[in-house]
Amino acid sequence: MAEAFVEKPDLSPPIASVGVVEWLRANLFSTPFNALLTLVCLYLIYLSAPPAIEWLFVHADWRGETRDDCAGDGACWVFVKARFGQFMYGFYPEAQRWRVDAAFLIFIAGLAALMTPRVPGKRWVALFLLFVFPFVAYTLFYGGILGFEVVETALWGGLMLTLIIATIGIVASLPLGVVLALGRRSQMPIVRALCVAFIELWRGVPLITVLFMASVMLPLFLPEGVSFDKLLRAFIGVTLFQSAYMAEVIRGGLQAIPQGQYEAAKALGLNYWKLMALVVLPQALKLVIPGIVNTFIALFKDTTLVLIIGLFDLLGIVQAALTDPNWLGFAVEGYIFAGFGYWIFCFGMSRYSQYIERKLETGHARR
Amino acid sequence: MGIDSEHVIIQMVDVNKWFGQFHVLKDINLTVHKGERIVVCGPSGSGKSTMIRCINRLEEHQKGKIVVDGVELTDDLKQIDTIRREVGMVFQHFNLFPHLTVLENCTLALSWVRKQPRAEAHKIAMKYLERVKIPEQADKYPGQLSGGQQQRVAIARSLCMSPKVMLFDEPTSALDPEMIKEVLDVMVELAREGMTMLCVTHEMGFAKTVANRVIFMDEGQIVEENEPEEFFNNPRNERTQLFLSQVLHH
Ligand SMILES: Nc1ncnc2c1ncn2[C@@H]1O[C@H](COP(=O)(O)OP(=O)(O)OP(=O)(O)O)[C@@H](O)[C@H]1O
Ligand SMILES: [Mg+2]
Repeated sequence: MAEAFVEKPDLSPPIASVGVVEWLRANLFSTPFNALLTLVCLYLIYLSAPPAIEWLFVHADWRGETRDDCAGDGACWVFVKARFGQFMYGFYPEAQRWRVDAAFLIFIAGLAALMTPRVPGKRWVALFLLFVFPFVAYTLFYGGILGFEVVETALWGGLMLTLIIATIGIVASLPLGVVLALGRRSQMPIVRALCVAFIELWRGVPLITVLFMASVMLPLFLPEGVSFDKLLRAFIGVTLFQSAYMAEVIRGGLQAIPQGQYEAAKALGLNYWKLMALVVLPQALKLVIPGIVNTFIALFKDTTLVLIIGLFDLLGIVQAALTDPNWLGFAVEGYIFAGFGYWIFCFGMSRYSQYIERKLETGHARR
Repeated sequence: MGIDSEHVIIQMVDVNKWFGQFHVLKDINLTVHKGERIVVCGPSGSGKSTMIRCINRLEEHQKGKIVVDGVELTDDLKQIDTIRREVGMVFQHFNLFPHLTVLENCTLALSWVRKQPRAEAHKIAMKYLERVKIPEQADKYPGQLSGGQQQRVAIARSLCMSPKVMLFDEPTSALDPEMIKEVLDVMVELAREGMTMLCVTHEMGFAKTVANRVIFMDEGQIVEENEPEEFFNNPRNERTQLFLSQVLHH
């Protein structure tokens, strides 16, 4: 005789399978070897964390103006505090620094509007950032128009310089990389050959060489009297160099798009550029977001190499400060601060890219 | 829904094509009139896909002449674009754009090729989505639909461009049996409304119901061409007979 069907109620899971204890057991002590690893790691943390925390925070000196205020045996953050303005702005005249702040505030506001979902008028913000903001920034940073005093690029430095080079590099190398990647996959042999040659040339030399050439060799080839701004040369060097890497990352994405996508788009009457812009690139770029961000992060950190041509980015200016006779012996603090500065931005980019990836997930199974 | 025998939509004259050394299409001659519904069948590798893909230049023929609605297919990109706008195509694997919603898949070409304003494009897309009976899926992504639903969206996407001819390349052969019918129903209805169709398929039931003509291809040639009644009951060529005995007893 069949039993009558009875609907079973939803019960909560047994305590042991969700609690902290269960988590510990499953993840940290699941096997004897795992347990051993856990204990060794805990011991290492026990050995290293307390002294580090003591040096960084507990015994550190925070207050004061001069090195005499650093009497304790912890870190001397007074050094960073005293030099903070320089670390941020380089040798940019103090009276004019508000201009830098203003430019960055406008930029950050625009960026925030772009990055937050559900802000209306994104298209206008993007157009503003791409086409109007560069002129605004130029006016504010460099001056020379609208009554703004000229501040030579040789005075720019610190985090400001790092951000400017990285932003320009990022904004310029992405579209250039797209064009190079499309060119490398083009049916036209000459276009393809040019793109391959360009990419392989720039990928084949170290960035240091590129910067060095740009700063030392280029003037030799130019007619006398013609001179390029040193910073402009760095921009061009960094952008061309990174666009070659970007091109290869994007090409990887292009190759992953099935032929059927091209065929469907062609059959609908889309021409080459519309096919690429509306169907292929959106999918290809989404696929390679991790690679693109990886390149951005590498670019951000590679900006330190402008040191070679006598520009003082964040790391450069920190290093310069270390040689100040008044502040000898605080190298560790300086480098920790510089490292932390780079880390904040790189980590931010990484997290944002993960967010974007999740947001763009449309749950499609690729065929 | 009658056939307009004055109005030739597709004309293929002595079309030849090679893939490297391999001669895929040999002297193909085919005339399609407005309102005709032609089913193309034949063994795998016989060149059926290649033939219909030549009509909208997804493949390039090397010899012969193809004229679509009075426009000859040459290397001229303008003419290719003109023809592609008039010819819709449905693929075996749907080829929907996975990064766009169902509605956006349908409006994409309307907005960018036909330059329709947004609201108008939206209206047209919804009309055809209703026609293939899935207006309620408009805001989903293709990856969230079943195969049969995806293929119906693909049909709607093509129809949005109001093509003069529809090409189908085995539209049901990637589908599970229970989904084949929903796609065939849409195609039968389309045929009833008088759409000119050129359809590669092994669905012989479909051929019997809607086709005016059935074409049998083998080794790059059109071996036999007849009305469905005659084609199925009295196949003349022995290769056709062999093929039909295999397909029909399947
Ligand atoms: N791009 C290509 N390069 C080289 N050979 C090809 C190419 N595309 C198709 N072929 C060959 O051309 C022949 C005809 O292919 P086609 O796809 O037209 O056959 P079909 O009749 O559609 O077969 P099926 O029923 O399997 O789809 C096949 O032998 C195939 O291997
Ligand atoms: Mg085929």
